Amino acid sequence: MKKNILKLQGVTKVFYTKTAETVAVNNLTFSVDEGEFVAIIGPSGCGKTTVLSLIARLIEPTTGTITLASNKKQAVGYMLQQDHLFPWRTVEKNVLLGLEITKNLNADTKEYANKLLEKYGLGDFKKHLPNQISGGMRQRVALIRTLATNPDLLLLDEPFSALDFQTRLEVCDDVYSIIRRENKTTVLVTHDISEAISVADKIFVLTKRPAKVKKIFCCDFEKYPTPLKRREAPQFGEHFEEIYKCLNGEDDEL
Amino acid sequence: MNFNDLSPLHKEFLKKQKRRKVVIHLLQIAFLAVFLGAWELATQVGWVDGFIFSSPSRVWNTFVNLFEEGNLFKHVWASTWETILGFAIGTILGMLIAIILWWSDTVKRVFEPYLVVLNSLPKIALGPLIIIWAGTGKSAIVTMAVLISVVITALNMLVGFCQTEQNKILLMQTFQANKAQIFFKLVFPANIPTLLATLKINVGMSWVGTITGEYLVSKEGLGYLIVYGSQVFRLDLVMTCTIVLCMLAGAMYGMVALLEKSVKFD
Repeated sequence: MKKNILKLQGVTKVFYTKTAETVAVNNLTFSVDEGEFVAIIGPSGCGKTTVLSLIARLIEPTTGTITLASNKKQAVGYMLQQDHLFPWRTVEKNVLLGLEITKNLNADTKEYANKLLEKYGLGDFKKHLPNQISGGMRQRVALIRTLATNPDLLLLDEPFSALDFQTRLEVCDDVYSIIRRENKTTVLVTHDISEAISVADKIFVLTKRPAKVKKIFCCDFEKYPTPLKRREAPQFGEHFEEIYKCLNGEDDEL
Repeated sequence: MNFNDLSPLHKEFLKKQKRRKVVIHLLQIAFLAVFLGAWELATQVGWVDGFIFSSPSRVWNTFVNLFEEGNLFKHVWASTWETILGFAIGTILGMLIAIILWWSDTVKRVFEPYLVVLNSLPKIALGPLIIIWAGTGKSAIVTMAVLISVVITALNMLVGFCQTEQNKILLMQTFQANKAQIFFKLVFPANIPTLLATLKINVGMSWVGTITGEYLVSKEGLGYLIVYGSQVFRLDLVMTCTIVLCMLAGAMYGMVALLEKSVKFD
């Protein structure tokens, strides 16, 4: 029996400006099990990023509750669209940033971070500055920076959108395998249907703003171990079509 | 990389670059030589009056005289010290103001208009008041230098701080960073280039402050010598001091530029 690691119940978020009141998320309810890879997909501007910000507690919900089954102080790791590596810090120092801020930097955590760097092919680049390594490597560094704090839940906000298509496929493969090997529960937000299908166990399709869950798809690619392989699977196209239709409103029964 | 390992075309490219650099340096020197030559010639032939416009040879003689009298160093030191003091105090104070304004949005909103007004105010207008408040000694001159550099430092640094990429701040927040951590780990290091640019501006600003301060009060310093020279109509002295001033300001700017080179990270 898998346990819920994250649960959103009736979550609503309203933003206020001088002239308007915007309901970004309306009565959103869903849960994520431990070890699951969930993709949240929706039309652009539907409040996907707001959902992640809510889960990461960067903003508070207007109503509703968000429960996180973790006793850690830094339970959530959030990876943003761009790597945002600090150009004045070496790769190693960038990776240690989260540990420094949360005051968890000690010999053990430092070793853990260094092991991650070694394991994922960045060992030789520890002393390099970010502008001396490739875009794909930078994204890997950003992921390891997030993993270094050893979060229970990983949030990815279109982490590949800043990369060109070729690199994007490679980095997606990379990131996917790292997440699987480190066995992290993950919530990915994207507007790219094929990206979602290629990585997720479950896909939540959101409605237009205010965001609600419109439909949940389960992806079963048992024999296809990587995102690139999944793209070759026969059911990939079917999933794509279903989700495409759902996203574009031809499937409004919910 | 070793020069000999490079491809012939690459070598050719580097050589060309080097040649270009040398040519530019030569042209710079040539310009100075022609300028000085023409100046000297014009006064020798009598196209312009050497008594009013001075000449390179007159400047040189004045320079040597000042040096032999032993006064040059005294005046140069007085001005330089006042400038360095004004520069340091102005920069640090300006930075502190910028930090406080960055820290609290309310404080920033309250004080920003005042800062903008102070920035547009010609600080020299405050000269007479400063003499009364800070006395007629060095303190008045240093106050002037501080006043001229502090406002621009505060404004420049504040703009830099506020332009720190919002998403990088968001990244810090995902790690639950507090305001101090955001400042010291992100905002300040991200603004080292802003700081260096501000230092460069402040070199000029603090010299302006010192010299105008010396115009108003003081019994020593280059500004004093310039005013004295013009009053007794020794324009050679005025010209000499101006040129020494050029060299001092240039040297100080050069030091900041060197500092900038040593902290470049990209």
